Amino acid sequence: MSKGFVVIVEVSLREGIADPEGLTIERALPALGFNGVSDVRVGKSLRFVVEAPDESEARRQVESMCERFLANPVIEDVEITLGPLT
Amino acid sequence: MTTRVGVVVFPGSNCEHDVVEAVDAVGGSGELLWHKDNSLGDVDAVVLPGGFAHGDYLRTGAMARFSPIMDAVTRFAQDGGPVVGICNGFQILTEAKLLPGALYKNQGLKFLCQPAVLRVESTASVLTRRLKVGDELDVPINHFEGNYVCSEETLAVLRENDLIVLTYQDNPNGATADIAGIRNGNGNVVGLMPHPERAANPLLGSTDGAQMLKGLIDIG
Repeated sequence: MSKGFVVIVEVSLREGIADPEGLTIERALPALGFNGVSDVRVGKSLRFVVEAPDESEARRQVESMCERFLANPVIEDVEITLGPLT
Repeated sequence: MTTRVGVVVFPGSNCEHDVVEAVDAVGGSGELLWHKDNSLGDVDAVVLPGGFAHGDYLRTGAMARFSPIMDAVTRFAQDGGPVVGICNGFQILTEAKLLPGALYKNQGLKFLCQPAVLRVESTASVLTRRLKVGDELDVPINHFEGNYVCSEETLAVLRENDLIVLTYQDNPNGATADIAGIRNGNGNVVGLMPHPERAANPLLGSTDGAQMLKGLIDIG
Protein backbone atom coordinates (compact mmCIF):
# COMPACT_ATOMS: atom_id res chain seq x y z
CA MET A 1 0.00 0.00 0.00
CA SER A 2 1.59 3.27 -1.04
CA LYS A 3 1.49 6.44 0.99
CA GLY A 4 1.89 10.11 0.12
CA PHE A 5 4.90 12.11 1.22
CA VAL A 6 5.31 15.85 1.04
CA VAL A 7 8.71 16.69 -0.33
CA ILE A 8 10.61 19.96 -0.27
CA VAL A 9 13.79 20.11 -2.31
CA GLU A 10 15.95 23.12 -1.68
CA VAL A 11 18.42 23.78 -4.46
CA SER A 12 21.28 26.10 -3.65
CA LEU A 13 24.49 27.09 -5.37
CA ARG A 14 27.49 25.07 -4.29
CA GLU A 15 29.92 26.75 -2.00
CA GLY A 16 32.63 28.51 -3.90
CA ILE A 17 30.37 29.36 -6.84
CA ALA A 18 29.86 33.09 -7.04
CA ASP A 19 26.22 34.12 -6.60
CA PRO A 20 25.77 37.51 -8.29
CA GLU A 21 22.08 37.63 -7.37
CA GLY A 22 22.77 37.02 -3.68
CA LEU A 23 25.51 39.63 -3.73
CA THR A 24 23.24 42.24 -5.29
CA ILE A 25 20.59 41.62 -2.63
CA GLU A 26 23.21 41.76 0.10
CA ARG A 27 24.40 45.13 -1.18
CA ALA A 28 20.84 46.47 -1.38
CA LEU A 29 19.85 45.64 2.21
CA PRO A 30 21.91 48.30 4.01
CA ALA A 31 20.32 50.94 1.78
CA LEU A 32 17.00 49.94 3.29
CA GLY A 33 18.36 50.17 6.79
CA PHE A 34 19.04 46.47 7.32
CA ASN A 35 22.61 46.32 8.48
CA GLY A 36 24.63 43.31 9.49
CA VAL A 37 23.29 40.91 6.85
CA SER A 38 25.84 38.63 5.26
CA ASP A 39 26.15 35.38 3.29
CA VAL A 40 23.06 35.97 1.17
CA ARG A 41 22.59 33.07 -1.23
CA VAL A 42 19.72 32.74 -3.69
CA GLY A 43 18.38 29.32 -4.56
CA LYS A 44 15.09 27.72 -5.39
CA SER A 45 12.70 25.45 -3.66
CA LEU A 46 10.55 22.73 -5.20
CA ARG A 47 7.57 21.27 -3.38
CA PHE A 48 5.70 18.17 -4.48
CA VAL A 49 3.99 15.03 -3.26
CA VAL A 50 5.41 11.62 -4.00
CA GLU A 51 3.71 8.23 -3.60
CA ALA A 52 5.83 5.39 -2.23
CA PRO A 53 5.46 2.29 -0.02
CA ASP A 54 7.48 3.90 2.78
CA GLU A 55 9.59 6.92 3.65
CA SER A 56 12.97 5.46 2.76
CA GLU A 57 11.72 4.44 -0.69
CA ALA A 58 10.27 7.94 -1.15
CA ARG A 59 13.61 9.47 -0.20
CA ARG A 60 15.46 7.15 -2.55
CA GLN A 61 13.21 8.25 -5.42
CA VAL A 62 13.67 11.94 -4.64
CA GLU A 63 17.45 11.55 -4.42
CA SER A 64 17.44 9.93 -7.83
CA MET A 65 15.28 12.75 -9.25
CA CYS A 66 17.70 15.33 -7.87
CA GLU A 67 20.71 13.54 -9.28
CA ARG A 68 19.26 13.06 -12.76
CA PHE A 69 17.14 16.13 -13.24
CA LEU A 70 16.22 18.54 -10.46
CA ALA A 71 19.71 19.84 -9.76
CA ASN A 72 23.02 20.08 -11.58
CA PRO A 73 25.74 18.73 -9.27
CA VAL A 74 28.39 20.80 -11.08
CA ILE A 75 26.98 23.99 -9.61
CA GLU A 76 24.23 23.05 -7.17
CA ASP A 77 23.65 21.27 -3.87
CA VAL A 78 20.31 19.94 -2.68
CA GLU A 79 18.69 19.51 0.66
CA ILE A 80 15.69 17.19 0.85
CA THR A 81 13.00 17.49 3.50
CA LEU A 82 10.37 14.80 3.51
CA GLY A 83 7.38 14.07 5.67
CA PRO A 84 4.05 12.20 5.62
CA LEU A 85 1.16 13.81 3.74
CA THR A 86 -1.52 14.83 6.19
CA MET B 1 29.25 15.77 -51.99
CA THR B 2 27.49 18.46 -50.00
CA THR B 3 27.74 18.09 -46.24
CA ARG B 4 24.32 17.80 -44.65
CA VAL B 5 23.99 19.57 -41.32
CA GLY B 6 20.99 18.77 -39.13
CA VAL B 7 19.89 21.65 -36.92
CA VAL B 8 17.77 20.47 -34.01
CA VAL B 9 14.65 22.48 -33.24
CA PHE B 10 13.46 22.34 -29.65
CA PRO B 11 10.33 24.20 -28.56
CA GLY B 12 11.84 27.61 -27.83
CA SER B 13 14.86 27.40 -30.13
CA ASN B 14 15.21 30.64 -32.08
CA CYS B 15 18.47 30.55 -34.03
CA GLU B 16 17.82 27.46 -36.15
CA HIS B 17 17.01 29.32 -39.38
CA ASP B 18 20.08 31.55 -39.03
CA VAL B 19 22.25 28.43 -38.67
CA VAL B 20 20.67 26.78 -41.71
CA GLU B 21 21.20 29.93 -43.78
CA ALA B 22 24.80 30.32 -42.64
CA VAL B 23 25.57 26.63 -43.31
CA ASP B 24 24.07 26.94 -46.80
CA ALA B 25 26.07 30.11 -47.43
CA VAL B 26 29.39 28.37 -46.76
CA GLY B 27 28.53 25.50 -49.10
CA GLY B 28 26.83 23.00 -46.81
CA SER B 29 23.22 22.00 -46.73
CA GLY B 30 21.31 22.78 -43.56
CA GLU B 31 18.08 21.06 -42.60
CA LEU B 32 15.86 21.21 -39.54
CA LEU B 33 15.36 18.22 -37.24
CA TRP B 34 12.54 18.09 -34.69
CA HIS B 35 13.40 17.34 -31.09
CA LYS B 36 10.83 14.56 -30.92
CA ASP B 37 12.49 12.62 -33.75
CA ASN B 38 14.27 9.46 -32.67
CA SER B 39 16.73 9.52 -35.55
CA LEU B 40 19.06 12.02 -37.18
CA GLY B 41 18.37 10.63 -40.64
CA ASP B 42 21.43 10.78 -42.86
CA VAL B 43 22.98 14.03 -41.71
CA ASP B 44 26.77 14.37 -41.55
CA ALA B 45 26.84 16.83 -38.66
CA VAL B 46 24.50 18.17 -35.99
CA VAL B 47 24.05 21.66 -34.56
CA LEU B 48 22.09 22.40 -31.40
CA PRO B 49 21.17 26.05 -31.97
CA GLY B 50 20.62 28.96 -29.63
CA GLY B 51 17.37 29.96 -28.03
CA PHE B 52 15.42 28.95 -24.96
CA ALA B 53 14.72 25.24 -25.37
CA HIS B 54 11.66 24.26 -23.33
CA GLY B 55 11.62 27.81 -21.98
CA ASP B 56 14.86 27.15 -20.09
CA TYR B 57 12.62 25.85 -17.29
CA LEU B 58 14.40 24.47 -14.23
CA ARG B 59 17.84 25.20 -15.72
CA THR B 60 19.04 26.03 -19.20
CA GLY B 61 19.21 22.78 -21.15
CA ALA B 62 17.84 20.68 -18.28
CA MET B 63 14.63 19.70 -20.07
CA ALA B 64 16.09 19.63 -23.59
CA ARG B 65 18.60 17.02 -22.59
CA PHE B 66 15.69 14.58 -22.20
CA SER B 67 14.14 15.38 -25.60
CA PRO B 68 13.82 12.14 -27.62
CA ILE B 69 16.38 13.20 -30.24
CA MET B 70 19.12 13.55 -27.63
CA ASP B 71 19.64 9.76 -27.50
CA ALA B 72 20.45 9.81 -31.20
CA VAL B 73 22.64 12.91 -30.78
CA THR B 74 24.55 11.21 -27.97
CA ARG B 75 25.14 8.03 -30.00
CA PHE B 76 26.18 10.12 -33.03
CA ALA B 77 28.64 12.07 -30.86
CA GLN B 78 30.04 8.90 -29.31
CA ASP B 79 30.56 7.45 -32.80
CA GLY B 80 32.65 10.51 -33.71
CA GLY B 81 29.98 12.51 -35.54
CA PRO B 82 30.46 16.29 -35.44
CA VAL B 83 28.12 17.92 -32.90
CA VAL B 84 28.20 21.65 -32.22
CA GLY B 85 26.21 23.40 -29.51
CA ILE B 86 25.86 27.14 -29.90
CA CYS B 87 24.77 29.18 -26.85
CA ASN B 88 21.68 27.33 -25.57
CA GLY B 89 23.03 24.34 -27.49
CA PHE B 90 26.24 24.52 -25.44
CA GLN B 91 24.12 24.58 -22.27
CA ILE B 92 22.27 21.47 -23.50
CA LEU B 93 25.55 19.65 -24.24
CA THR B 94 26.78 20.24 -20.68
CA GLU B 95 23.47 19.08 -19.19
CA ALA B 96 23.65 15.99 -21.41
CA LYS B 97 27.19 15.45 -20.11
CA LEU B 98 28.62 15.42 -23.60
CA LEU B 99 30.82 18.28 -22.37
CA PRO B 100 31.97 18.99 -18.80
CA GLY B 101 31.07 21.96 -16.61
CA ALA B 102 27.98 24.15 -16.58
CA LEU B 103 26.82 27.57 -17.74
CA TYR B 104 25.65 29.89 -15.03
CA LYS B 105 24.23 33.44 -14.86
CA ASN B 106 26.53 36.20 -16.11
CA GLN B 107 28.56 37.76 -13.37
CA GLY B 108 27.01 41.21 -13.91
CA LEU B 109 23.47 39.74 -14.02
CA LYS B 110 22.93 41.45 -17.37
CA PHE B 111 21.68 39.84 -20.54
CA LEU B 112 24.55 40.46 -22.94
CA CYS B 113 23.98 41.02 -26.65
CA GLN B 114 27.15 42.47 -28.12
CA PRO B 115 30.20 41.78 -30.27
CA ALA B 116 32.96 39.77 -28.61
CA VAL B 117 36.58 39.24 -29.58
CA LEU B 118 37.59 35.60 -29.28
CA ARG B 119 40.99 33.97 -29.37
CA VAL B 120 41.46 30.54 -30.89
CA GLU B 121 43.13 28.33 -28.28
CA SER B 122 42.84 24.93 -29.95
CA THR B 123 42.51 23.95 -33.59
CA ALA B 124 41.75 20.31 -32.81
CA SER B 125 38.01 20.78 -33.12
CA VAL B 126 35.51 20.56 -35.96
CA LEU B 127 34.87 24.30 -35.67
CA THR B 128 38.42 25.58 -35.51
CA ARG B 129 40.33 23.18 -37.75
CA ARG B 130 40.65 25.79 -40.51
CA LEU B 131 41.99 28.40 -38.10
CA LYS B 132 45.28 28.98 -36.28
CA VAL B 133 45.99 29.17 -32.57
CA GLY B 134 46.06 32.85 -31.64
CA ASP B 135 43.65 33.92 -34.38
CA GLU B 136 41.32 36.65 -33.22
CA LEU B 137 37.69 36.32 -34.21
CA ASP B 138 34.90 38.85 -34.04
CA VAL B 139 31.72 36.92 -33.17
CA PRO B 140 28.70 38.19 -31.22
CA ILE B 141 27.39 36.84 -27.95
CA ASN B 142 23.75 36.87 -26.86
CA HIS B 143 23.10 35.28 -23.48
CA PHE B 144 22.17 35.61 -19.83
CA GLU B 145 23.73 32.35 -18.71
CA GLY B 146 27.11 32.21 -20.39
CA ASN B 147 29.34 32.17 -17.35
CA TYR B 148 31.25 28.91 -17.75
CA VAL B 149 31.73 27.18 -14.40
CA CYS B 150 33.62 23.99 -13.60
CA SER B 151 35.60 22.42 -10.79
CA GLU B 152 39.34 22.97 -10.38
CA GLU B 153 39.90 19.35 -11.44
CA THR B 154 37.85 19.78 -14.61
CA LEU B 155 39.70 22.99 -15.44
CA ALA B 156 43.00 21.18 -15.05
CA VAL B 157 41.79 18.43 -17.39
CA LEU B 158 40.64 21.02 -19.94
CA ARG B 159 44.00 22.77 -19.82
CA GLU B 160 46.19 19.68 -19.89
CA ASN B 161 44.35 18.20 -22.84
CA ASP B 162 44.01 21.33 -24.97
CA LEU B 163 40.22 21.16 -24.66
CA ILE B 164 39.67 24.92 -24.38
CA VAL B 165 38.82 25.93 -27.94
CA LEU B 166 38.01 29.64 -27.60
CA THR B 167 38.55 32.30 -24.97
CA TYR B 168 37.24 35.85 -24.64
CA GLN B 169 39.76 38.62 -25.02
CA ASP B 170 37.74 40.80 -22.66
CA ASN B 171 35.75 38.42 -20.44
CA PRO B 172 32.16 39.72 -20.57
CA ASN B 173 30.38 37.28 -18.26
CA GLY B 174 32.77 36.07 -15.57
CA ALA B 175 33.48 32.74 -17.29
CA THR B 176 36.14 30.60 -15.62
CA ALA B 177 39.51 31.07 -17.35
CA ASP B 178 37.81 33.36 -19.95
CA ILE B 179 36.33 30.25 -21.57
CA ALA B 180 34.01 30.89 -24.51
CA GLY B 181 34.08 27.38 -25.98
CA ILE B 182 35.36 23.88 -25.24
CA ARG B 183 35.60 20.54 -27.00
CA ASN B 184 35.60 16.87 -26.08
CA GLY B 185 38.72 14.71 -26.36
CA ASN B 186 38.14 13.84 -29.99
CA GLY B 187 37.26 17.38 -31.00
CA ASN B 188 34.05 16.23 -32.67
CA VAL B 189 31.86 17.74 -29.95
CA VAL B 190 32.19 21.50 -29.45
CA GLY B 191 30.18 23.92 -27.35
CA LEU B 192 30.50 27.68 -27.48
CA MET B 193 28.52 30.66 -26.23
CA PRO B 194 29.22 33.04 -29.18
CA HIS B 195 27.11 32.74 -32.35
CA PRO B 196 29.17 31.93 -35.48
CA GLU B 197 26.00 32.02 -37.59
CA ARG B 198 25.64 35.71 -36.75
CA ALA B 199 29.08 36.46 -38.13
CA ALA B 200 28.72 34.70 -41.45
CA ASN B 201 27.85 37.51 -43.83
CA PRO B 202 29.68 40.82 -44.57
CA LEU B 203 26.38 42.62 -43.96
CA LEU B 204 26.57 41.51 -40.33
CA GLY B 205 29.95 43.15 -39.84
CA SER B 206 32.04 40.00 -39.58
CA THR B 207 32.53 36.77 -41.47
CA ASP B 208 34.73 35.14 -38.85
CA GLY B 209 31.91 32.78 -37.89
CA ALA B 210 31.79 31.52 -41.47
CA GLN B 211 35.36 30.27 -41.07
CA MET B 212 34.19 28.10 -38.18
CA LEU B 213 31.18 26.78 -40.08
CA LYS B 214 33.43 25.99 -43.05
CA GLY B 215 35.40 23.80 -40.71
CA LEU B 216 32.22 22.03 -39.65
CA ILE B 217 31.21 21.15 -43.21
CA ASP B 218 34.76 20.24 -44.19
CA ILE B 219 34.27 16.51 -43.69
CA GLY B 220 36.37 13.74 -45.16
